Amino acid sequence: MSAPATTTPSTLPSLVGRPVSFKTTIVLGLLAVLAFVFFGALGSDNSATLRLATDGDLFALPALVLPGRITGIVVGFLLLAIAGISFALARRGEKLPAWAVVVFGVLFVLGFLAWAVSGGDTPSISLTGLLKGALTLGIPLIFGTLSGVLGERSGVVNIAIEGQLLGGAFSAALMGTITGNAYLGLISAAVAGALVSMVLAVFAIKYLVNQIIVGVVLNVLVSGLTGFLFGQVMTANPEAFNQPPRLDRLPIPFLSQIPIIGPIFFQQTIIGYLLYVAVIGVWYALGHTRWGLRTRAVGEHPKAADTLGVKVNSLRFWNVTLGGAIAGIGGAYFTLEAVEMFTKDMSGGRGFIALAALILGRWNPIGAALAALLFGFADNLAVVLSIVGTPVPSQFLEMLPYIVTIFAVAGLVGKSRGPAASGEPYVKE
Amino acid sequence: MKLELDGISKAFGDFYANQDISITVEPGQIHSLLGENGAGKSTLMNVLYGLYQPTAGRILVDGKPVTFSGPGDAMAAGIGMVHQHFMLVPVFTVAENVALGAENTKGGILDLKETRRKIREISDRYGFDVDPDALVEDLPVGVQQRVEIIKALVRQAKVLILDEPTAVLTPQETDELLQIMRQLAGNGTSVVFISHKLREVKAVADVITVIRRGRVVGNADPSAEPAELAALMVGRDVSLSVDKAEATPGKTILDIKNLAVTAPNGHRLVDGIDLSIAGGEILAIAGVQGNGQTELSEAIMGLTDGSVTGSITLDGKELLGRSTRDVLRSGVGFVPEDRNHDGLVGQFSVQENLVLDLFRSDEYSRFGSLKPKAMAANSKHRIDEFDIRTPSATAAAGNLSGGNQQKVVMARELSRPLRLFVASQPTRGVDVGSIEFLHKRIVAERDQGTAVMIVSTELDEVIQLADRIAVLYQGRVVGVVPSNTSRDVLGLMMAGMTAEQAAAENATPSPAEQSAGEEGGLL
Repeated sequence: MSAPATTTPSTLPSLVGRPVSFKTTIVLGLLAVLAFVFFGALGSDNSATLRLATDGDLFALPALVLPGRITGIVVGFLLLAIAGISFALARRGEKLPAWAVVVFGVLFVLGFLAWAVSGGDTPSISLTGLLKGALTLGIPLIFGTLSGVLGERSGVVNIAIEGQLLGGAFSAALMGTITGNAYLGLISAAVAGALVSMVLAVFAIKYLVNQIIVGVVLNVLVSGLTGFLFGQVMTANPEAFNQPPRLDRLPIPFLSQIPIIGPIFFQQTIIGYLLYVAVIGVWYALGHTRWGLRTRAVGEHPKAADTLGVKVNSLRFWNVTLGGAIAGIGGAYFTLEAVEMFTKDMSGGRGFIALAALILGRWNPIGAALAALLFGFADNLAVVLSIVGTPVPSQFLEMLPYIVTIFAVAGLVGKSRGPAASGEPYVKE
Repeated sequence: MKLELDGISKAFGDFYANQDISITVEPGQIHSLLGENGAGKSTLMNVLYGLYQPTAGRILVDGKPVTFSGPGDAMAAGIGMVHQHFMLVPVFTVAENVALGAENTKGGILDLKETRRKIREISDRYGFDVDPDALVEDLPVGVQQRVEIIKALVRQAKVLILDEPTAVLTPQETDELLQIMRQLAGNGTSVVFISHKLREVKAVADVITVIRRGRVVGNADPSAEPAELAALMVGRDVSLSVDKAEATPGKTILDIKNLAVTAPNGHRLVDGIDLSIAGGEILAIAGVQGNGQTELSEAIMGLTDGSVTGSITLDGKELLGRSTRDVLRSGVGFVPEDRNHDGLVGQFSVQENLVLDLFRSDEYSRFGSLKPKAMAANSKHRIDEFDIRTPSATAAAGNLSGGNQQKVVMARELSRPLRLFVASQPTRGVDVGSIEFLHKRIVAERDQGTAVMIVSTELDEVIQLADRIAVLYQGRVVGVVPSNTSRDVLGLMMAGMTAEQAAAENATPSPAEQSAGEEGGLL
């Protein structure tokens, strides 16, 4: 309602004191106290063993042994210190830098791990395995979130990521089984994702239907359609239609043998390597190519782009379609890498989590991918810790990343500002 | 390059926004299109720029007919346009904005170096002082406008269209822009200058074409009298000044102390304002748009979404922290700056809009049901009193012209007994005839002993209406001066100088003065 300030008011020293926000400090302080009390004071006397070595490493790294209570106390103190710095900065009206928040997060997780593992029945986990699993579970999320990035940066809200993932998974299973070739399955997954996207794009861009509604309806449609075909066709004759071959792991010589890094990053299937290419490619192209500049312009101020001869709606259409193809590849992960069959609704809401990652990562491909990794980590942590037998219910662990998202989106990590024209159809007058 | 428009018509449904318009722009000429808001100037230029397709008529470049299917074609033909609302991506740098649509690439990778070099070259040639790596959203409006001009020049524009370019500028920035236009014309670029401000048009134009209701109604020489131009523009003789008696201020009604408004994003928009208004006087708030005027009036009305500190008292009673309805009930009338968004419900009838803030009173409702008869009687009365030109009392308010919409808002707000009347941009987008009428009503309200606060970015309006003028800059009052203060001093104050500094600066002659000082008429 109020006109945006055209001059920057900050160029003059303010006459009246700035309002002070202690929001960040309070949250950090509470978490620090929580860590200090639970991980430290109430911690276990046992030690937590975090194994780093895996089979096939060039050389074996020793395991990390953390005494439960002492680690908790040290971490607690460090966290309190960061919260204290945040308090001091807030009193001067300044904000804690983002990296300090990240350090806080990493320390908190470390303290939590030491506490949860040392309190378990078998106080030993493989840290490398935990991280590797995090990336693996993160794969569909990252592909999905990239689809969201491409849509929203060009001004189309892509709620249909779930449908794109599911369509990709189904198509990969079906075509993979029929052709007997996993790579053909992968290609057909991309095509299926792109097709789902095209429906979204046509309705949202050409017919100006509300983008949220089209997205939601598409998700339900794809779920129903694949569920129907699964029930009617696949279940009746799984050998012919629902036993896709698995994608081979392609370890990269030498790199895959580096301790920690190798097993996590360089023992992937083609999907994993495509992931690296996609994240870095989208990030670089958005920032450094003609296509990227135009895409960002179309997402921020389509009319300005139009007056400069950029074809707004066509660019949006192809970007959304490309996003769908990328999400489709993510869907293939479910049926060509995780399990060798399709089941109804097997994407399990990960398309929506990908949307959350998009916001947490502030519409930046790298940021969104890291956020998706965080969600993958939490997912895998729940699995690993339930094996160890920790006192924390696994459902609680699975909730954690979403609590983090709500706080993050609410402004704890700073104001997140999406593309200005996201969700707004562009109509020439 | 010679540009001709030959018999251009543009219809939207049955309504002709342009009808049979023919204009010739010679190379190196500053050709001014003068006309009121809604006369069809912008439509014509959008036709020329390929954004609209003409219903009839031809566009000729150097004597050859051309058709533009989009802005890309127009640009390729050498036509550049600076839109009234800038077409800049706020989160992009200057270089990115300039490159967009005409990118230099090396092997598919964006080459902003070349763009930066071109920006510096043009910036040096015209003395623009634009940093290619600055973020556009951080730049003052005047500089953003230069970025728009650079965009056109980088694309080799031979004809540059400027659509109401001075609406958002300080008087000093306006003078600089007029200089730039002369420089461009001197270098052989044709300039089409669209404006409704007589003073600026007279100062810079080589040829003036006057447009009214979508038609060319005449050509004029820049030496023509302002009253003559105004009459041509409006279609009848208009008074260019406001008749008002000397103010007789009573006791203080509105008292604002140390008011600060902080936006949710932490920006301080109003920064320690002290002001008071007595009954029977008009205090005008002058300043370039975006210097806290909006937030000041919203704070008084209890409408701001930021956090407010300080104090605003009306007859000694605190207004801060009270709901907007309470504020209205305590005798405050408010004309918001964006009438379509905040002043009217476009789909509602004139009759309903006239009681939007009164429908709860016993006069217009009982037991929760409206009294249509009372509302009809009221609307009949107000439509006569304010000369609202509407097909009927039940016509949708959104279909009226800007001037008549504003009369509806004003009629509603002035139909209650008031202590304080706050009007933001009371005549923005209003035709000259209605401006005259609205100004009279505002003065009449003052003469009844109401405290009146006018927020306006139009310096002429401020000078004519005000008894005192408060100039806002970056959320602060840089000075409160009498209404006979010169335009130049006010202009300098709008750029942040105090009254004393501005007076001292103005005493030493500066190059800005020679361009457009002398005329002080309306518009």
